[in-house]
Amino acid sequence: MKFNLKIWRQKNASTPGKIVDYSIDNINEHMSFLEMMDVLNEQLIHKGEPPVAYDHDCREGICGMCSMHINGRPHGPLAATTTCQLYMRNFKDGETIYIEPFRANSFPVIRDLVVDRSAFDRIMQAGGFVSVNTGSVQDANNIPVNKQHADLAMDAAACIGCGACVAACKNSSASLFVSAKISQLALLPQGQVEAKERVLAMVNQMDEEGFGSCTNTGACEAECPKEISISNIARMNREYYIASLT
Amino acid sequence: MNKQIAKNGMLGTLIGRKMLMGITGMFLILFLVVHCAVNALIFVNDGGELFNKGAEFMGTNILIRIVEVVLFVGILVHIVDGIMLERLNRQKRTVPYVSHNPQANSKWYSRWMGLLGILILMFLIVHLKHFWVLSRFTDHIAHSEMDKLPGQETLFYEMKEVFENPAVVLIYVLAMIGLSYHLMHGFQSAFQTMGWNHPKYTPCIKQAGFWFSIIVPFVFALMPIAMYTGIIK
Amino acid sequence: MAILDSKIPDGSLETKWSNYKSHIKLVNPSNKRKLEIIVIGTGLAGSSAAASLAELGYKVKAYCYQDSPRRAHSIAAQGGINSAKNYKNDGDSVYRLFYDTVKGGDFRSREANVYRLAEVSTAIIDQCVAQGVPFAREYGGLLDNRSFGGAQVSRTFYARGQTGQQLLLGAYSALSRQIGLGNVQMFNRHEMVELVVIDGKARGIIARNLTNGKLERHFGHAVVLATGGYGNVFFLSTNAMGCNVTAAWKAHKKGAFFANPCYTQIHPTCIPVSGDYQSKLTLMSESLRNDGRVWVPKKQGDKRKPIDIPEDERDYYLERKYPSFGNLAPRDISSRAAKEACDDGRGVGESGLAVYLDFADAIKRLGKDVIEARYGNLFDMYKHITNEDPYQVPMRIYPAVHYTMGGIWVDYNLMTTVPGLYATGECNFSDHGANRLGASALMQGLADGYFVLPYTIGDYLSGEIFTKAIPTDHPAFLEAEKQAKERIDKLLSIKGKKSVDDFHKALGKIMWEYCGMARNAEGLAKAKQMVRQLRDEFWKDVKVTGEADELNVDLEKAGRVADFMELGELMIDDALDRNESCGAHFRVEYQEEGEAKRNDEKYAYVAAWEHKGVGENSVLHKEQLVFENVHFATRSYK
Repeated sequence: MKFNLKIWRQKNASTPGKIVDYSIDNINEHMSFLEMMDVLNEQLIHKGEPPVAYDHDCREGICGMCSMHINGRPHGPLAATTTCQLYMRNFKDGETIYIEPFRANSFPVIRDLVVDRSAFDRIMQAGGFVSVNTGSVQDANNIPVNKQHADLAMDAAACIGCGACVAACKNSSASLFVSAKISQLALLPQGQVEAKERVLAMVNQMDEEGFGSCTNTGACEAECPKEISISNIARMNREYYIASLT
Repeated sequence: MNKQIAKNGMLGTLIGRKMLMGITGMFLILFLVVHCAVNALIFVNDGGELFNKGAEFMGTNILIRIVEVVLFVGILVHIVDGIMLERLNRQKRTVPYVSHNPQANSKWYSRWMGLLGILILMFLIVHLKHFWVLSRFTDHIAHSEMDKLPGQETLFYEMKEVFENPAVVLIYVLAMIGLSYHLMHGFQSAFQTMGWNHPKYTPCIKQAGFWFSIIVPFVFALMPIAMYTGIIK
Repeated sequence: MAILDSKIPDGSLETKWSNYKSHIKLVNPSNKRKLEIIVIGTGLAGSSAAASLAELGYKVKAYCYQDSPRRAHSIAAQGGINSAKNYKNDGDSVYRLFYDTVKGGDFRSREANVYRLAEVSTAIIDQCVAQGVPFAREYGGLLDNRSFGGAQVSRTFYARGQTGQQLLLGAYSALSRQIGLGNVQMFNRHEMVELVVIDGKARGIIARNLTNGKLERHFGHAVVLATGGYGNVFFLSTNAMGCNVTAAWKAHKKGAFFANPCYTQIHPTCIPVSGDYQSKLTLMSESLRNDGRVWVPKKQGDKRKPIDIPEDERDYYLERKYPSFGNLAPRDISSRAAKEACDDGRGVGESGLAVYLDFADAIKRLGKDVIEARYGNLFDMYKHITNEDPYQVPMRIYPAVHYTMGGIWVDYNLMTTVPGLYATGECNFSDHGANRLGASALMQGLADGYFVLPYTIGDYLSGEIFTKAIPTDHPAFLEAEKQAKERIDKLLSIKGKKSVDDFHKALGKIMWEYCGMARNAEGLAKAKQMVRQLRDEFWKDVKVTGEADELNVDLEKAGRVADFMELGELMIDDALDRNESCGAHFRVEYQEEGEAKRNDEKYAYVAAWEHKGVGENSVLHKEQLVFENVHFATRSYK
């Protein structure tokens, strides 16, 4: 297979970037998208040019590090799929493929397709946890958890923190990411103890990091590689009002 | 928790601001129900008698008058807060995507709520000038055919006069299409924003929202058309 | 071997740890505030250690090469975590978990360490549940368990197919809390490139800030390595692309002995290689073997579709050879059996390097819904990668490098041979012997980080309370930084013709061919020369693009591959030295009816290697393993 690639190249955070054209040939349809990028990079290295920098690690769709905006969509054309799980068979031979970094002012570009998502970490540091110290806990089965709630919590906990929700949202809102964590912990008895403090702290931090507001377009849910539901956002809102008003 | 006290109060956060949108939006939806119901009295086709009675009640009942003030505050908050949020949200991504395919993940009207809102606002100004200003701030409107003074007209008659102009009818119909799309997103979105989401009831809300945003604007749009075409005499 | 003091406490097996804990030296809270600890890596072992140490009051600095501590590769563990809770009332106990682990490790691990691991395993589950880890539950609200390879009880706790993710996010949340409180200073996108040793003690690191390429000097009263395994030496493995041995290797070169490097776990259920372009292999959780049946055609070269092969022409070889464990035979045994079947010409798929993992029976028995609930995400992942639907056709699987039991040698306190330098989790060698059982890696990582290191590190640090923070312009820091810089400059200055990946692939081929699932003396000797040659060529002909002072992915990779080149040779040395077959180390010369043949008389030791310089032969130190509570037995799963 053959492709025309239009890739965002940017030397560093302070230099403006631009789209650069590459063409690549002899791509096997069973290659993953990132393997295709590897092939491109090998060619660039052999030509003595710096390879395209992009974030990736586990290549199994679980670490959340890969973060490309492919043909106008975060993680490319398939639903419930991270960039690393895309395969070239998902593209047409001869197709032009645009590859850009996730864009949001809260995710500044570091180089090429690499962005800084530490804002997510800081939101987690503000309250995305249960305040228990190691060793100070009771037996695990002393806290029965309703199975339905446990399953819903697990649905929310499946978030990989990749930032596709922010990248897809017209407002660069982080609501889906933040609400997934708030939901997970609010659904479990262990998390309910400090649910109020948590939601207030995380929502405030989310604003401080400069993410936009949620206008319920549902783009995040549609693009989320782990299919996190926007019902979590409703739960976050609910939790937030209750925490604010009581 | 690391930050014991959240620095910003509820209305200082975007979620709080969004709640204002949701709550005022819901209030406006309620208003649309009442407005639509009263206006639909013209379809009785009794020369506007029943409609004029309804209009008189709405114009004179003290409770309604108080709610009217609340309504205007609500509209104002909905508009001002909406515009401010839209502006804020637009500043969150200053380097745009070169290639962008949002229709793959969301409905166009959900992304253009601000624009639809502005269009509705422009219509609202025209609409208020046509009827509300006349009936509230002038002596031009009589409560019924019976007790109209010289130079006065009933609201029903006023409607007939306004909707004789095809351009006005077109504006009203287009505005109602805009309103329909605004509601199509806004109705269920308000529930989502308010956190009223439940696996059992949310599908019903979405259905109700869908039909509401078709039926209400349709009934509204039917009014100028019916008057212009003379179906209602 | 006086030099290797394992510091195993006296007393009976059951009381060793609790007695030891009660008598270990303590550091008072006001002194803890003055003590700084560096933790490298933020996987299960690193995050849990950093968080727990910070909770105790130490000043912690944590480092990871990823953009966030939440990305470490522990996140990819699918199946579950073992714990001797006996919630299923099926006769499990601490002793049984201990015994299964020692036996699973083919009697090449330390009794005392393994017993401690089994002992604290129950506390781990309590801790994780309290953090909000959404483990699978039954309708009564209590925790659910499943069974796993190498065990006859159900002691594995799980969170769908994402147990590693949920446990890591739990540890990450504890770490985040401590970062938010200011007790941990977090350095994302930082890679340790040198260890700083002052007066024989580990006192800090040189880290490269990957964002801007700057070398930074960081001081710590103690340094903890929680950097995971070195499976990427094989190029293709189930490890994440960034997994590397660099931090551990630098420590090794500065005096930390490297133990049992040849013990590499080859996981039996991975998606087979499909072409040369392949960058990594994807694991399919071992839990699949609970319901899937492994088979190959009885006839050689049978290229019919699996569905067309009648039942009596299929060889369910695991069930045939190991009737009591069947498809749940341990990993090393299952992997070898798959290799045998393929070597015999009965492999399936285009390459002939695969076997079937078939769910047809399970779907018939339990229904598609149940299978979907149990393994839905794994099936989806498989479909994504292969474009085949495992609900319809059997999966094709083949063994792949997965985990390294070997690692930095540590004593009972998890301290290496460099005082003040600790190694936890997969990075150390301690608990799995020659083969790790499924669902035990998560257990060990968290045991080390939550419940072992926070106690044992105090024993050392109590002697450091008068040590003031050493300024980082100390000559040792400058020297270490100089070393790091020289190496980077060297890599960039070669400007050869071959890319880093060219070399990495070549190294991987040698290692897989000669030091993979089956090894022999002749091949290993040959491989040693090949690796040496390749390494020489690397330093003459590698091409690294870009500059030192920028985000440079090519340079990062070059540094890691350079270290793999050195490690590879040591792995071969170790495999050559061990003239027996045990666990994952299978020397074809030493077998009995196709099964591994141990030599307990001569090789019941830990091989700890001392570095003597690149190109020099490393020196072997032996730590004799003493088994007082379990008796050597031929490991039989028949």
